[in-house]
Amino acid sequence: MSTDAQPLKTAGAGGDPAGPGRPDDRRTVRASLPRRLASRPELGAVVGAVAVFVFFSFAADAFLQWSSFSTVLYASSTIGIMAVPVALLMIGGEFDLSTGVMVTSSALISSMFSYQMTANVWVGVGVSLLATLAIGFFNGYLLVRTNLPSFIITLATFLILQGCNLGFTKLISDTVSTKTIADMEGFPAAQKVFASHLTIGDVEVQITVLWWFALIALATWILLRTRAGNWIFAVGGAKEAARAVGVPVNRTKIGLYMGVAFAAWISGQHLLFNYDVVQSGEGVGNELLYIIAAVIGGCLLTGGYGSAVGAAVGAFIFGMTNKGIVYAQWGADWFKFFLGAMLLLATLLNWWVRKRAEASK
Amino acid sequence: MTTAPLIELNGVSKYYGNVKALEEVSLEVRAGEITCVLGDNGAGKSTLIKIIAGLHGHDGGSFAIEGEETRLGSPREALDRGIATVYQDLAVVPLMPVWRNFFLGSELRKGYGPFRRLDVDAMRATTRSELLRMGIDLRDVDQPIGTLSGGERQCVAIARAVHFGARVLVLDEPTAALGVKQSGVVLKYVAAARDAGLGVVLITHNPHHAYLVGDRFVLLKRGAMAGSHTKDGIALDELTRQMAGGSELEQLSHELARLESGPAAS
Repeated sequence: MSTDAQPLKTAGAGGDPAGPGRPDDRRTVRASLPRRLASRPELGAVVGAVAVFVFFSFAADAFLQWSSFSTVLYASSTIGIMAVPVALLMIGGEFDLSTGVMVTSSALISSMFSYQMTANVWVGVGVSLLATLAIGFFNGYLLVRTNLPSFIITLATFLILQGCNLGFTKLISDTVSTKTIADMEGFPAAQKVFASHLTIGDVEVQITVLWWFALIALATWILLRTRAGNWIFAVGGAKEAARAVGVPVNRTKIGLYMGVAFAAWISGQHLLFNYDVVQSGEGVGNELLYIIAAVIGGCLLTGGYGSAVGAAVGAFIFGMTNKGIVYAQWGADWFKFFLGAMLLLATLLNWWVRKRAEASK
Repeated sequence: MTTAPLIELNGVSKYYGNVKALEEVSLEVRAGEITCVLGDNGAGKSTLIKIIAGLHGHDGGSFAIEGEETRLGSPREALDRGIATVYQDLAVVPLMPVWRNFFLGSELRKGYGPFRRLDVDAMRATTRSELLRMGIDLRDVDQPIGTLSGGERQCVAIARAVHFGARVLVLDEPTAALGVKQSGVVLKYVAAARDAGLGVVLITHNPHHAYLVGDRFVLLKRGAMAGSHTKDGIALDELTRQMAGGSELEQLSHELARLESGPAAS
């Protein structure tokens, strides 16, 4: 066994440290930089993002303009706001299929509450926050109480929410969309918070991009530097082991679902204040985009591994591909093809990384 | 000076519905001693562990920690009372770095309010020094713990329990999946933990390993106690014989002998 060539392996068996005469400081040397980079979960996504960027730079002339970049960023942020907490949830070992329609539910609740009660729109926004968090709590609570696979539970929530979205909207507005709330009190302020844009230099930046960046920073902080982050990795990696050392597994999982709900609330409010009416059938299928972004970003489907930054890069790949195809003037039909190919490549890469990480000596 | 044992089980029983998983089992664990629980598969060893570790409550008998009758509600409660359990297969989270595993569930933190955060440097340093103290020399505590060998993982789990002030260490088949040399290494740490003043419960089906380090031996058979001995009271041969099934083994050897002679006779 050559310990020098394999810095990731331990030196010698536990009992007899190989070469006790060796100076101690040599042992504290951490793995070399390239080696450490190679073991980051974001690696695949970053390589993929660079490849996609270079590809569209050549394929579409308009792609390299600042205005295009702004459009790409906006498209990335709408997926990214959800992909980041979905990534955390997946690191925690669970799925959420209800996220796409939950965004729509959140927007509908906000809009309809304000309209029906003729209240300040901020009241609707607040009610929507509580209701959406309650949906997240419901998902998490049901999961830890029943121990059913999260696939089944959130599939049920997905269908229930979809039905409620369509049914209640029809019942209350008698159409498939909500009434406009643009003339109501508080609307301009809420629009500033959830659906405005600012100009930085020559680039117009949608405020969702800021929300997205803030969520990435928050999620990364939680994952890597807080106790909760440690617990998220643990409940996803080995639930029973985590429970045995005193990690509150149920609390962690419920918290993750509520985190997803919180992001769904932000997305939902953006949806509402950007268009001021909400289509009740929207959002179906988006849940898969969030999961795909997280997986491309290095999250394992089995949990315990991944990163928020990776998921954000995954969302960025999504944004570049989505808009790049338009700039290259190909049919948008090819978008799904690209997404599928990326997903396959990313998953294969992640599988290989995990194999290496788990390999026993 | 006689003190109460760290853990004392008296006639403890556990039922799963109609099934008697454990019946009238008694054992005691004292500081600086190793109590070995021996038994074949299905003898009730894991049920016993789960009761001591706080995963299950007991249905009958008494369970006293330092002379005080208790009923543990959760693994966290057991940990808080100083009972640390190291499971054979689920001791660690393989994909997490060694230091994160070491402090999992008892993370060090610094700062206040929303900026309360993990004290990463301190945890890395402590992990290294604590492992070194047990004689495990890791080059990089950031490597996933899954890259360590089975024996090393057991040792990390033991070092973790000792570091966090466990007074009773419960080890579930620590040597079952290991080779001869690795087993020796693990048994050395078990002895080191005992010498540090901990009470140890060693669950095993290997009487040779048990006899090397044990002070007391409790034999389980089909959920009931088949014997309880101190090291002075029993020899390795006798322990092995009882463990292997004693009279059952003689019966088995008769049957095997008949099978061998059977075809030859006809």
